[in-house]
Amino acid sequence: MLYREAGDFKTSYAKDSQTFPIKFDRWGYWVIMVIAFGVVPFIINDYWVSAVLLPFLIYAIAALGLNILSGYCGQISLGTGGFMAVGAYASYKLMTSFPEVPFFFHVIIAGLITAMVGLAFGLPSMRIKGFYLAVATLAAQFFLVWLFNKVGWFYNYSASGQISAPERTMLGYAVTGPYASASAKYLFCLVFVVLLAWIARNLTRGSFGRKWMAIRDMDIAAEIIGVNPLAAKLSAFAVSSFFVGISGALFFSVYLGAVEVGEAFGIQKSFLLLFMVIIGGLGSIFGSFAGAAFLVLMPVLLKNLLVGTLGWPTDLAVHFEFMIVGGLIVAFLIFEPHGLAQLWRLTKEKLRLWPFPH
Amino acid sequence: MPDQLLFAIEVTLNGLMAGVLYSLVALGFVLIFKASGVFNYAQGVMALFAAMTLVGIQKGQVPFSHLINSILGTDLHYFGWHIPALIAIVLTAGVMVLFAWIVERFVLKHLVNQPDIILFMATIGLTYFMEGFGDLMWGPDLKKLDVGLAQGGSLWIEEHTAFLGGDGFYGFFIDKLDIAATVVAALLVTALIMFSQYTKQGRAMRAVADDHQAALSVGISLRFIWVLVWSVAGFVALVAGIMWGAKSGVQFSLSLIALKALPVLMLGGFTSIPGAIVGGLIIGVGEKLFEFSVGPLIGGATENWFAYVLALLFLVFRPQGLFGEKIIERV
Amino acid sequence: MKLKKLAAVTTAAVMMATPVLADLMFPSLSYRTGPYAANGTPVADGFADYYTLLNQRDGGIGGVMTRVVECETGYSTEKGVECYEATKGDGALVYQPLSTGITYQLIPKVTADGVSLLTGGYGRTSAANGDVFSNVFNFPANYWNGASHAVNHVLDVNGGDISGKSIALVYHNSAYGKEPIRTLEELAAKHGFSLSLLPVDHPGQEQKSQWLQIRREKPDYVFMWGWGVMNQVAIQEASNIRFPMENFIGIWWSGSENDVAAAGDAANGYKALTFHNVGTNFPVFDDIQKYVVDAGLAAGDGSNVGTVLYNRGLYGAMLAAEAVKAAQAIHGVADITPAMMRDGLENLVVTDESMEAIGMKGFGPNFAVSCENHGGPGLGAVQQWDATAQSWNMISGFEPSDMDVIQPLIDADSAAYAAENNIPSQCN
Repeated sequence: MLYREAGDFKTSYAKDSQTFPIKFDRWGYWVIMVIAFGVVPFIINDYWVSAVLLPFLIYAIAALGLNILSGYCGQISLGTGGFMAVGAYASYKLMTSFPEVPFFFHVIIAGLITAMVGLAFGLPSMRIKGFYLAVATLAAQFFLVWLFNKVGWFYNYSASGQISAPERTMLGYAVTGPYASASAKYLFCLVFVVLLAWIARNLTRGSFGRKWMAIRDMDIAAEIIGVNPLAAKLSAFAVSSFFVGISGALFFSVYLGAVEVGEAFGIQKSFLLLFMVIIGGLGSIFGSFAGAAFLVLMPVLLKNLLVGTLGWPTDLAVHFEFMIVGGLIVAFLIFEPHGLAQLWRLTKEKLRLWPFPH
Repeated sequence: MPDQLLFAIEVTLNGLMAGVLYSLVALGFVLIFKASGVFNYAQGVMALFAAMTLVGIQKGQVPFSHLINSILGTDLHYFGWHIPALIAIVLTAGVMVLFAWIVERFVLKHLVNQPDIILFMATIGLTYFMEGFGDLMWGPDLKKLDVGLAQGGSLWIEEHTAFLGGDGFYGFFIDKLDIAATVVAALLVTALIMFSQYTKQGRAMRAVADDHQAALSVGISLRFIWVLVWSVAGFVALVAGIMWGAKSGVQFSLSLIALKALPVLMLGGFTSIPGAIVGGLIIGVGEKLFEFSVGPLIGGATENWFAYVLALLFLVFRPQGLFGEKIIERV
Repeated sequence: MKLKKLAAVTTAAVMMATPVLADLMFPSLSYRTGPYAANGTPVADGFADYYTLLNQRDGGIGGVMTRVVECETGYSTEKGVECYEATKGDGALVYQPLSTGITYQLIPKVTADGVSLLTGGYGRTSAANGDVFSNVFNFPANYWNGASHAVNHVLDVNGGDISGKSIALVYHNSAYGKEPIRTLEELAAKHGFSLSLLPVDHPGQEQKSQWLQIRREKPDYVFMWGWGVMNQVAIQEASNIRFPMENFIGIWWSGSENDVAAAGDAANGYKALTFHNVGTNFPVFDDIQKYVVDAGLAAGDGSNVGTVLYNRGLYGAMLAAEAVKAAQAIHGVADITPAMMRDGLENLVVTDESMEAIGMKGFGPNFAVSCENHGGPGLGAVQQWDATAQSWNMISGFEPSDMDVIQPLIDADSAAYAAENNIPSQCN
């Protein structure tokens, strides 16, 4: 009843093309914002931040980035883990080389550096398409991981090659290191998420986004109507890598605090992120969040349910966790092949008409 | 001949053998991709599951014993029999056929006419499921796989090639297991080609690969073909699982061999069986030679990324892979 | 909205999962699934069984029951963080994560939270310097001790002179595998042997290049820092090229029954380092059989009892239990807090008498921990695989390592860490 367009009149073009055309959604958006910024930081503890919220927020950023590349521009990439590693190592080098610069800028610059690297590895996309490109980006994945593992300069020649984030503050509150409070870490990441989601939304509905989508739908046709494929594909690679780089920097410095490149940014990470984007919904901002939430929250939820509540042996619980997550993915596909985002859109369609069936 | 050259030849020979092993994994991908357009991410897990099942049947392990024991409080582990390798392989192949049927019945049937990416995603779900299910059924412990394959360097070859070089050269090292793998792979590929060329089902399979709708319209059952293809891919996975598992024992890491197949696929093309073989050989030789010649200069462990870089170089000149179907795009 | 609903359910699940009881809680960050499950399972079994034994036989430690909370990490650092956060508020006394990656991550966290970390035989080697790492302990031995043990063994075999010999190190290309390189380089300079490095990428299914190189270069000895499938493949490949097994020495993580299983008889004579004894020839195993296995309380199916990795889990559990006794003695309280546990670990003394009292005389080396030295003297031994008897045998006693070389390295690495993180001296 609440969820409808009736009585919500648009009187200008700006209003007509706004992100949330329905009043209820706009309200919902602001309510979520107020809760996220005003309520959540006061009620969360370490467990919630470290096990649920931080991974969700950080993976959401990376999924947004990958979605721009794969969902909007149609270039499937399996190099995401490698690009996250670039962000992480760039932020580590910046943090240790320029401790006087505020950490916020380190993260941004790490993102820019990753964008450069992404540009370089995006060049083969001029020639190679589809699954072949996906496997070609794997070259970036394996090469970058090998590089960070091999060259001592990247990890400041520490004995084992692990990098550890020193403590850095933001407005007087520690956001990295062991003494950072749960809410400081959460808010720091949340600011990035909101900022980047806003950028992603506005890029994808502007001329950039339309060019990307034209390339995705058919690159030759797009070229004929005047879209420069070089510029469009490379800009998608750059923007996507920027997002992924930021998420890599946050993943290392705020979330884990210490990483080892092969373990944290290996090929499994690239696949995980691709799964998030596909399960959430290709070409959808909401889908990036939904996919990240599904693959981050589901295992934690199942674990707490099976081990914590039902008291199963931990290994049986994990086996079932895998089976349930896998089964759910297949079930989702059979019921709604276009990801969680499409499910969400359909629900909204239905709600709009509710309680009338047609 | 100078020793360095002999060593390079030895590395090349071993690269070819390693390439055969990569091809075995890649073959499973190609079969399914060709017939149904599905990039089967679950191929690696299928190899693991097949090898686990083989060992389980051979040793008479009780499936789901951990689950049964913790629910019922019993103490079951083994049935107490030991089945000869050959019969166990046949039984495992049967299990893989059953698996193919289940996949078709519960997953693929519902996803007819969906875009490729959706089918790819379904295999991701399948992978997650199988990872949990395989461990649940047979347990995650390390299993020794013994089907009577010879292992170790072949003395005969060493003795008969040692005269080629000086004192520092012992003769070529060739692993007997690799020779066995090469023979098996050759037989497998021959059988596959015979099957697809000279049998009714094989021709139907090729027709489906060519065009789903046209095949349907001449009365070929798509569902039967899918079960067939997945069964064959399951059997190929079993062979790959045996070859790799004989070396390292059967354990979770066996599912990661799929990663070794990706550059092969990319290089050989997703749709070509000869492509998978030639691609495997090129990757095998390329990465081993690079590690031999350049590896020591830049610190080693280059094989993983070099395989991809090599494939990338080929792709820049031939974007559809060496043997892939030419991509024709029309607006 | 969906998200919030999920969140609500999760909250409920978490709430239910945390009962508060007066007992001694030992979190077990185990991995019974994932790529290293085959190795993680016996360790976790041994760990859990020892506390079950204490509860059944002695009624806990000092009259307080013990409780093991298992949390599955699958060897993933992210899951490790989740497990740590889930258990730390529950009175966790000491963490033994059995993963170098998780250890690195927990080092700053445990220090901030006042919990302890015990990483026997793995983790960050320079944590042996208690002056910097107040809450991290890595007795009885660490990787740098291990590197020195391996070289010492080679010295013993060669009558004390190995100048001109060559040693190849086959290592897992990760933080863990790179640990011994510095020490071996120093030792190579000291003893005059040449060292060549052969990294193997994760997971290590394919090692043909490395072993062909060994076959070409014919090093006199091969050391291995491997884990998981890499071990099995390496031992198989070594036997394929007919490398003499008695010249092939693995670190303690490359020396379990699992690692030699795949190669069968060909693995006969392979050596590995260890910091605890092998087999079941100790009184404590009779008690485990009686109170745990026969009572149907074993963590696994009981088939792992006495294997190398089971014994390692058991040994780790025993050290933590002994530290609890030390803490109870210092503070005069039976139900100790994590802070008291830290004191217990720091004042732990293991002697023949204390080991005999728990039926484990000779199971591990004798050592004492102090504020400055959290690593003990770093004693280790060599074990050898006998394929006919299918058992590991000790071929040396627990012997010291070359601390003249290792101590400066520990001091330098920990000083760098202290400077980077502004850590003041803890012991003065």
